[in-house]
Amino acid sequence: MKQVILGDNQFFGINHMSEEKARAQAIRFQDTSAIIEAIDIAYDEGIKVFMCTTHERVAEICDHVRANPDRYRDFQFYPCMPYAHKYANAVTEKGLVGALKSFLPEENAISALFGGAMSVARKDIEGLAALLIDAEMKMFRGLQIPVIFLQNVVTDLLLGLGMKDALVIFAEHVKRRYQAEPGFITMNAPRLLDVLEECGIDNPIICSNVNKIGFRMSGGLDRYEAIIASRRFRPIAMSVLASGAIPAEEAIEYVCRQPKIESIVFGASSRQNIRHTKQLIDRHAADAA
Amino acid sequence: MIRVALMGLGKMGLSHCAIVNTHPDVELVAVCDTSDYLLSILGKHTKLKTYRDHRRMIQAESLDAVIVATPSRLHAGMVREALMAGLHVFCEKPFCLDAEEGLQLAELAEERKRVNQVGYHHRFIATFHEAKRLLEFNVLGKLHHIRAEAHGPVVLKPKGNTWRTQKEEGGGCLYDYASHAIDLVNYLVGRPQAVGGTIMNRLFSGDAEDEVYANLFYADGMTGQIAANWSDESERKMSTKVTIWGANGKISADRQDLHVYVRDSTLVPEGINKGWNARYTTDLTDSVWFYLRGEEYSAQLGHFIEAIKAGRCDTRSTFRSAVETDLVVSALARDSEAARTETDPSHVPAPDEQEGETGLWSTVLRSRQRDTSRRSNGAYQ
Repeated sequence: MKQVILGDNQFFGINHMSEEKARAQAIRFQDTSAIIEAIDIAYDEGIKVFMCTTHERVAEICDHVRANPDRYRDFQFYPCMPYAHKYANAVTEKGLVGALKSFLPEENAISALFGGAMSVARKDIEGLAALLIDAEMKMFRGLQIPVIFLQNVVTDLLLGLGMKDALVIFAEHVKRRYQAEPGFITMNAPRLLDVLEECGIDNPIICSNVNKIGFRMSGGLDRYEAIIASRRFRPIAMSVLASGAIPAEEAIEYVCRQPKIESIVFGASSRQNIRHTKQLIDRHAADAA
Repeated sequence: MIRVALMGLGKMGLSHCAIVNTHPDVELVAVCDTSDYLLSILGKHTKLKTYRDHRRMIQAESLDAVIVATPSRLHAGMVREALMAGLHVFCEKPFCLDAEEGLQLAELAEERKRVNQVGYHHRFIATFHEAKRLLEFNVLGKLHHIRAEAHGPVVLKPKGNTWRTQKEEGGGCLYDYASHAIDLVNYLVGRPQAVGGTIMNRLFSGDAEDEVYANLFYADGMTGQIAANWSDESERKMSTKVTIWGANGKISADRQDLHVYVRDSTLVPEGINKGWNARYTTDLTDSVWFYLRGEEYSAQLGHFIEAIKAGRCDTRSTFRSAVETDLVVSALARDSEAARTETDPSHVPAPDEQEGETGLWSTVLRSRQRDTSRRSNGAYQ
């Protein structure tokens, strides 16, 4: 059995192949009840994990799930933070420090952190990271959150800069404060795995594109296949269809052949697509086993 | 190994830093910025050396190349110093606020045979590059119109206060957003001979424009239009689109897909059909060694490094081509101040004529405006 996870790109107008399709989806899901309807369909098909960005509209979904505990008894969230566009736009508008200030919750904490450049240097990024993570996590209070992910734009920025400490800070805070497992989304899985191993993060959860055409798999398809076959980590496959560039049957057959991949994230939104994809994964996973 | 340093740790600077730092042939040795906060973090948590003064950095580190990602106003001085120190230079866009100065720098780089590149990354987006290739195959025949658009959600509130919203600093939608659309037009069909009817509207920015619209004119009769708006909340991020019409059809491309409509397939290379042809980024885009935010950011830096290794200065986005873009940008700025044609035909701009005429058209227009203001109080039906 492979775990099937419902992703959220389709709900927020993200499609890597077509802007037109992305817009049509954004229109279709601009009312949160339409998202909840899709989540319900998935849940009833046995897909009980929702992997989502900390988009402000996800807060409404969280409220709905909290309000209906019986309906969503086994429902789990895999939050992915931060919602990067919010920060990127704020950085353009206010500069880096101004943007950070605007997202930090408490006045006292802000003045403590930004009291002066030297105090910032001393207090370091640990306190800042904790404040930012906690601010993003507020919406999930009281819900089941077994894994918390760092979004690829941040994972890969830290990876590129070589800021290994920051990856460790994220992992430790998530474990300590939320008793959750840290997960890392990346477009550069082979490089990230090397670095996480070096940092002593054992058997890490890494979510990355895994598709047979090698779309957005930096380091190359061969290296991905090699690490999946031989290294110790828990890979989660996303972009399995490469935004629709690979026919579903072929795409899923390929991923199900990789034995170490235990979970697949996919972004269907109609009843027919959700059911079809779930059935395909179940069938190919059984065949591969 | 090619020794590189970077100046300016803003959004693009940090992104370039992460990308170039992972390049197999590059050693990123140092960064320079005026923010002590950022420098202290990078100094402590990375292997990079940090400087507050770029001159000291250039002097102290034996560099091969620099990446200049400071606010636009500072580009010219820093690029000049780097070239004088014999370094290859990658500079963020827009290149120089003064096209004359930009031209001098392009000449200096060429004289000294230094690799020079400007960060107009749309030239490295696979769909746009493919559009360029199709035009080189003359798929559309004689071209008659091009339209390039850039929309996105940068300034959505009336309080932005970074250099990006300050005209003197090289901010504003014209330099920041429209320049991408203009550079794309220049890349695909060359620099227009003239511009006209430029509109620059302020929506939220106090000091600079938030939207730009303009017409482009070519010597052979081809025309074009530019539309850019960085206060468009309906877009999730910057969305760029280009459409080109020719005697044999049309090409339409955004960052994700490319559509070609061909009228007569005997005039085009094999593999392109009569009617619609679609290509997608998933099959056009080459994989990069490291991915952050888009393949094009890595592709452009990879291209720069490859040029240094190969010792050739004709990059896909040279200083000289960026000056061509700056020339159009400054022409638009001048043109936006130009006289408009009155819609009231009785209003002939004779020297002795007064403002606020009482001609037929003026009367009609004034009564229309009153109607509109009344209507706007009602609810949308």
